[in-house]
Amino acid sequence: MFKVMKTLLQVENLSVNVGSTCIIRGLNLSVDKGEVILLLGPNGSGKSTFLHALIGDPRYRISSGRIIFDGIDVSSMPMTDRVKLGLSLGLQFPPRIKGITLRFLAERILERRGVTSSVISSVIEGYSRMLNLGGLLDKDLYVGFSGGEIKRAELMITLIQAPKLLMLDEPDSGVDVENLALVGSAISKYLSEDVGRSAIIITHTGYIARYVKATKAYVMVNGRIVCRGDPEILVSNILEHGFEKCFRCEGMI
Amino acid sequence: MKSRKVRDDLRERALSALSKPSTYGLDIDLSRFTASLGSDIMDIESYTDAMLSVGVDPEERGRGGSYYQIDNVAAYSSSRYKGLIVKPISEALEDESILEYYWKAVPVDLDKYTATAFLYEKDGYYIEVKDRVEIPIPVQACILLKSPSLIQVPHNIVVVGEGSKLHLITGCTVARENPGVHIGISEFYVKKNGLLTFTMIHSWSKGMHIRPRTIVYVEDGGIFISQYISTSLVDSIQSYPTIHLVGENSSSHLSSIIIGRGSSHIDIGGAIELKAPGSTGEVTSRVISMDESRITSRGRISGFIRGVKGHIECRGLILSENSSIYAIPELEAKAYDVQLTHEAAVGRIAEEEIIYLMAKGFTEDEARSMIIRGFLQPKIPIPLPRQLVDYLSMAMEKIAYAL
Ligand SMILES: Nc1ncnc2c1ncn2[C@@H]1O[C@H](COP(=O)(O)OP(=O)(O)OP(=O)(O)O)[C@@H](O)[C@H]1O
Ligand SMILES: [Mg+2]
Repeated sequence: MFKVMKTLLQVENLSVNVGSTCIIRGLNLSVDKGEVILLLGPNGSGKSTFLHALIGDPRYRISSGRIIFDGIDVSSMPMTDRVKLGLSLGLQFPPRIKGITLRFLAERILERRGVTSSVISSVIEGYSRMLNLGGLLDKDLYVGFSGGEIKRAELMITLIQAPKLLMLDEPDSGVDVENLALVGSAISKYLSEDVGRSAIIITHTGYIARYVKATKAYVMVNGRIVCRGDPEILVSNILEHGFEKCFRCEGMI
Repeated sequence: MKSRKVRDDLRERALSALSKPSTYGLDIDLSRFTASLGSDIMDIESYTDAMLSVGVDPEERGRGGSYYQIDNVAAYSSSRYKGLIVKPISEALEDESILEYYWKAVPVDLDKYTATAFLYEKDGYYIEVKDRVEIPIPVQACILLKSPSLIQVPHNIVVVGEGSKLHLITGCTVARENPGVHIGISEFYVKKNGLLTFTMIHSWSKGMHIRPRTIVYVEDGGIFISQYISTSLVDSIQSYPTIHLVGENSSSHLSSIIIGRGSSHIDIGGAIELKAPGSTGEVTSRVISMDESRITSRGRISGFIRGVKGHIECRGLILSENSSIYAIPELEAKAYDVQLTHEAAVGRIAEEEIIYLMAKGFTEDEARSMIIRGFLQPKIPIPLPRQLVDYLSMAMEKIAYAL
C-alpha cells in the first residue's frame, strides 16, 4: 500500500562547520507538508547557519548528519539542484550587486523556471504592487536600499522561485508596521495558494506570526533545538522572559 | 600655396620625432612593419561579419552616413543628410580651409607614432556637420586592416558645428589574423552647444599593436561623450585620449570597456582638462583581465579654473591567476575651489555575490556571467539613438556570456 509522504524535510543529527568552528551540533528537525515553522533563538545561536546549510551554501560545511528533502538525500547536492527541487532561502543580509537590477534578476529566475516571457512581466508587476517595490525594480540589487526595502525585495526574489519549502531569515526585522502587513500578507498568500507548501521563518519578534499562521515554533540555542511548542505561547514567553528558560532547557529535548 | 608650407613644417617636426617613444605603454619597433597603401582590392563587402562585429552595418540600415577604409585607402563614403559631409580626408584637404583642423589638435611630434602617421598619411575620414544640423541616427566608419605587417595610419577629423549633433560609431577590425600596427589619429572639434558622441569598437587580433592618438576640443556648452570598447585578443594597445574643455559649461564623459586576453599588454587612459568656467568631466573605466594579460588603466582630470568639477571611476575585475591590473587615477587641481574626486576598485568577483546568485538557482557559470555583464553595463550620461543603445547592450551581453 502506498502512503502519501507527509514529511517534506527531515534533518537528522546535522552538524555544520563554518571554517573549523562547529556551529550546528547534532540538530534534528522535521517539517511536514503544509507546516509553517517559526525558528527563534538568541543572536549567534546558529539560525542563519542552519538555513544556509539547508540551501547548500558551500561556506557552511556539513560535518555529519543528513538532510532529506521530499524523499531525496540532498546533503551533498549543489545549491542549484536544491533550488530546482523546491528549496528557497530569503537571506537576512543579501549582498549588494552592482549592475544587476532587481527586475533583471527576477526575469532570469522566472525564465529559468520556464515561465513564458509574456507572463514574466505581469508576475513581476504583481509582486511589485503587492510588496510596494515600484521604484526599486530598476535599481541595482540592494544598492542604496533601506533596510525595509531590502526585506521586501528579497522576499519577492524568494517567492518567485515558487519553492515547496520557503525559508525566510528574519523577514520582519527592521520593517515598519505598514510594510510588515505587506510582507506578512504576501507570505501568507503564497502559502495559501497550495496546501502542500511549507515554511521555516526565522524571527526575533514573532511579528510575522500576526499575518502568517504558524503551526509550530522551535527555539535554537548553541546550534541545537532546545524547545518546541505552540507558536503563540512560545513567542509570548520569549518576548516576556527572554531566552533565560531556554538556556535551562538546553539538551532536554 | 599655404598647404605646401603647412606640410613642409609638419614634415620637419615629424622627422624630428621619429624615434621618440610614447610616454606610456610598450615601445614598438616600427621598422619591423611596412607603411604602404596596402591592398588595392576594395572588397570590404566580403567582410560583413567583421563589420557587424564592430557595430558597422554594411547595408547602412539606420545609419546617417558611412565611411569605409581598407588598409590605408578609402573605399567608400556616403551621407544621407543635408549638412553632413562624410569624405576621405585626402579629398577634404583639396579645400584649404580644412587646414584649420589639420594636425592642430594632435601635435605631429607627440611621439614616433604621430610622426609615422603623418609621414605615411593617406586617408581617414573627414566628417563635418554644419551649424544647427542634428543627425538623429548614427554615422558609421569602418577601418579594416587586411594586409600583413602593415602600419595602418588613418587620420580622422570630425567637426560638429554650432548647436549640431552627431553620433559616430567607428569600428576597427582585421580581415584575418596578421601582425600589424594601427595608428589612428583623431582630431575632433565640438563647436558651441554641439554634441558629439563617439563610440569606438576595436576588434583586433594576435600580432597587432594599437596606438590611437585622439585629442578633442570642446567649445562653450559643447558635449563630448566617448565610449571605447576593446574586448578581443591583441598584442598591445596604448591610448590616452585627451579632451580640452575650453568652452564655458562644456562637458565630457569618457568611458572605456577593456578585456585583456592572452598576453595582451594594454595601457589605456583618458584625460580631461577643465579649462573654462563651469566645465565638468567624468572618466570611467571597466577593465577585465584574463589569461596573462596586463592592463594599466589611467584616468586624469585637471582643473585649471575655479568651480570646475570632475570625477574618475576605475573599476577592474581580475579573472585569472596570472593577469594584472594597475588602476591609476590622477587628479590635478591648479586652481582654488575645484571639485575633483575619484574611486577605484580592483579585485576578483566577490564570492558572496556568486553564492547569492547560486542560492537563487543559477549555476556558477551563469552567476559569473550575470555579474560580469553587470560590471560591463555602460553608464551613459545622455540618451543615445536607439540603434546605438541596442547595439551596445547586445555587444555587452555577448561578451559577458562568452567569458
Ligand atoms: N560566514 C561566516 N563566517 C564566520 N563565522 C560565521 C559565519 N556565519 C556564521 N558565523 C558564526 O556562526 C555563529 C552563528 O551565526 P548565525 O548567523 O547562524 O547566527 P544567528 O542565530 O542567525 O544570529 P542572529 O540572530 O544574530 O542573526 C556566529 O558566532 C557567527 O559569528
Ligand atoms: Mg541570523
